[in-house]
Amino acid sequence: MLFMSHYLSIILFTPLAGALLLLLIDKQNESAIRWVANIVAFIGFLVSVPLWFWFTPQGPDFQFVERAPWIPSVGAEWDAITERVKEYYIFLLVLQTGMLGAFMSLDFLLFFLFWEVMLVPMYFLIGIWGSANRLYSAIKFFLYTLVGSVIMLLGILALYFAYHNDPANLGAYSFDITRYQKYAFAANLQWWVFLAFFLGFAIKVPMFPFHTWLPDAHTDAPTAGSVILAAVLLKMGTYGFLRFSLPILPEASRQFVPMMVLLSIIGIVYGALVALAQKDWKRLVAYSSVSHMAMVMLGMFALNPVGITGSIIQQLNHGISTGALFLLVGIVYERRHTRDISEYGGLSKVMPVYAAVFLIMTMSSIGLPTLNGFIGEFLILQGVFVASKVWAAFAASGVVLGAAYMLYLYQRTMFGKVENPKNERLLDLSHREFATFAPLLILAVWMGIYPAPFLHRLETSVQHIILRVSPQYAAKYAECNPLPTPEVVAASSNPAAKFLSAMPCDANGNPLPAAAGRP
Amino acid sequence: MPPGISASDFYNILPELVLTSGALVVLIVDVLLPKERRGALAWVTLLAIGATLASLVPFRSTHVEVAQGLLAVDQFALFFKVVFLVAAAITVLMSVRYLEIEGASPGEYYFLILCATLGMMIMAGGIDLITIFIGLETMAVSFYILAGFIKPSHRSNEAAVKYFLLGAFSLGILLYGMSLMYGLSGTTNLRVMAAAFAGQETDARLVLAVILVVAGVGFKIAAVPFHMWAPDVYEGAPTPITAFLSVGSKAASFAMLIRIFLEGLPSMGHDWRLLFEALAIITMTVGNIAALTQSNVKRMLAYSSIAHAGYVLIGIVAGTSRGITATLVYLFIYAFMQLGAFAVIVGLRRADVAGEELKDFGGLHARNPFAAFAMLLFMLSLGGIPPTAGFMGKFWLFSAAIDAHYNWLAVIGVLNSAVSLYYYVRIVVFMYVKKEALGSEPATSPTLAVVLGVAVAATLVLGVYPRLLFELADASARTLGAAGVTTSLR
Repeated sequence: MLFMSHYLSIILFTPLAGALLLLLIDKQNESAIRWVANIVAFIGFLVSVPLWFWFTPQGPDFQFVERAPWIPSVGAEWDAITERVKEYYIFLLVLQTGMLGAFMSLDFLLFFLFWEVMLVPMYFLIGIWGSANRLYSAIKFFLYTLVGSVIMLLGILALYFAYHNDPANLGAYSFDITRYQKYAFAANLQWWVFLAFFLGFAIKVPMFPFHTWLPDAHTDAPTAGSVILAAVLLKMGTYGFLRFSLPILPEASRQFVPMMVLLSIIGIVYGALVALAQKDWKRLVAYSSVSHMAMVMLGMFALNPVGITGSIIQQLNHGISTGALFLLVGIVYERRHTRDISEYGGLSKVMPVYAAVFLIMTMSSIGLPTLNGFIGEFLILQGVFVASKVWAAFAASGVVLGAAYMLYLYQRTMFGKVENPKNERLLDLSHREFATFAPLLILAVWMGIYPAPFLHRLETSVQHIILRVSPQYAAKYAECNPLPTPEVVAASSNPAAKFLSAMPCDANGNPLPAAAGRP
Repeated sequence: MPPGISASDFYNILPELVLTSGALVVLIVDVLLPKERRGALAWVTLLAIGATLASLVPFRSTHVEVAQGLLAVDQFALFFKVVFLVAAAITVLMSVRYLEIEGASPGEYYFLILCATLGMMIMAGGIDLITIFIGLETMAVSFYILAGFIKPSHRSNEAAVKYFLLGAFSLGILLYGMSLMYGLSGTTNLRVMAAAFAGQETDARLVLAVILVVAGVGFKIAAVPFHMWAPDVYEGAPTPITAFLSVGSKAASFAMLIRIFLEGLPSMGHDWRLLFEALAIITMTVGNIAALTQSNVKRMLAYSSIAHAGYVLIGIVAGTSRGITATLVYLFIYAFMQLGAFAVIVGLRRADVAGEELKDFGGLHARNPFAAFAMLLFMLSLGGIPPTAGFMGKFWLFSAAIDAHYNWLAVIGVLNSAVSLYYYVRIVVFMYVKKEALGSEPATSPTLAVVLGVAVAATLVLGVYPRLLFELADASARTLGAAGVTTSLR
């Protein structure tokens, strides 16, 4: 029991222990450092796998899914980083602890601590190992995030004192998120705190007009840095909205819907249009991130179960597809040391395997059915459509534009003749590189064909949020999808039972045909 | 025995007596030792500081007034005395190598450091305007001399003259304000004064007195617009003295500020709080913005230290027991990170290199990883990034502001701390990102290593486990005044 109750700590500090271990290795011994770092990161992944099965409906952790794209990124940099290898891996592992800590914290202050701790290693990753403009991009990333997060800290403090000053709470001082989520803060306070949180999270997502740090940071970061940024760090912002803004400040969240939706729609269209015009491969992917994350935000602020579920799924998808796209750019960059799209062309003839992987990830990013992107975008569009048809029209235009810039990129780089002689002898993916992509490919297809295990695990989390922020769904939930009873909880500790129990309702709370026949 | 002074009074000022004797012993030993062995004076000084720290132990929970209200021996004073003594000890350790390189004679130097410390201790304990002023003068005069201690250096001389002239001027203003306070209340004892002013109509003359005292104290804590001296003096003074000045003198001045305003003028709380609020805002903002463009690290840290006075003022403005606790905690934490940062600069000082310019930090991480890591930690701590102590200190300050409904003050504070990271990170960039080793090999001396080790440990431990410090500071803040801060103020 002691082991179980500290299990999260074990996960949390595995990377940190690895970082300390690295400190002891001689810095000349680079291959040992690489092996240790990769093994530690992999162990960190392995120890978190059981959570997937232990997940109980009250359990608030959906961090484990977010982590999946992270693992390959360490391997991806096997050869790219040749200088100061030791520090590089130490920073990566410290960053990993920070990320895990932030997603695991149920204490607001602790969350903030980990959130800030992540800044420093990320700053170094961009600043030391990045490309040409790295110092500028690193400090821009650092200061942008910092300004948002310190304002967020004040919001946290405001909640803390408001909670303390309510006589009903008997003067308790608490940063406990679970308590906040059950407490109704005054509407006026909610309004201000929402704005404070908005600054912190929107800069991180990033939402238009706070997105300007992202293309710079992404472009100049080393590949692993870009992947971590895209796959995990950006999700901190959306996670913040889901975990804190919506359930703790439900009234203000409803009030701010018009603003959030407007900014999201601008972000979708603007991000896509700018991506269409990019000449730099990595920058194009970075702007596609802006567009995709705006889509995630739009789905979330539809404030209905489908929209929020779609928004979470789309975050995972974005982690997989954009993470993979950054890895792919990284691979050609490693070989050619340029990211200029016009330098490439006809790569499908020289690097067929690479082109195939790139194609799958492009399709995943566009949202082709049978791949993961489709599930997310479909759910988001469905949720947004329920909320407003006009919004849905704009969101759909984002999907079209997304197909435009990704296919245009694919056409320019992969098809046609090999015109640049430098591209004639490019090596295709090595086994190690392919092994990096394999889990991402598997996940993309799995989530595209059989997303039920993922959706199922999100159900109760989404339900908790919805009951706070959109109480009108409570009646529907009570009808056909009651909150889990202790028996259900007990049953769900058996992993097999969870897979077998079917959803009696669809995500909008309408009974499924199959549910009618159930006792 | 003079009237009004009893034998128990002498017992209660035992730590001050020990320190005074220690200072005198340093002077005597200086004469007795042959010239080439005077480096050993550092150990005599440390012994004196250690003995004083030990003599504080019996006064852990004492709460008495000495000599009919000239000095208070309470936990508030005790807290500050520990800060001063620790800062003095670290300064002495830092100075050993510095004095060797500069070729300055250590005898008077250590004596003056002890004198300055004695002045600070009296300032923290003083609950009478006269005592406070005597303490202030003792400290200030010692620092005037110390700032100009490197006689062949023009910058050092310039610093001393500037500091002396402006310091004397500001003391005059402070004294004028104090005389008005005395004239209006008929007493110099702060606690009697508080009772005399309680419930009175606000008097225009009293407002004038408050403004003058704020200006005088503002000079001492280097608050904008009374900060002009700080960058020049900090840059010119010997580096260990700069460190001691920015930590000890600042902390002592804050102790004096709290005594005068919270103990003596609680009835004028509305007025001086408004003044300090304005001061805090411009001090933080001007300090940070001016620091952005500095290329001399000592000068940059001078502006940063100005900005930090602004942060600390937030706690005073809040004025609740949480606010005062935050002030004490912050000054304690600040001592370690600031002294540590200056210790790194001292380490870079070579016979031929000043070691103060940003470029001297170039590639430090390759030349001396530990010094670079220590500096990284101090910079992050000064900027308020967890898990360092600086974050905890700022966190408590801003939480005090929010608690007391000074929301905008907190917003300006956090924005400022974000701005400040730009220049703190600049040093980090030079140390870690610039590859070329521009500066020379930093000399490692055992005493400096001890200083860095202590400062790093304190910065990390207080950042991860600050609870004990918070409790001590809280207990100290509660001993202020007869009725306690919370009841007498908000």
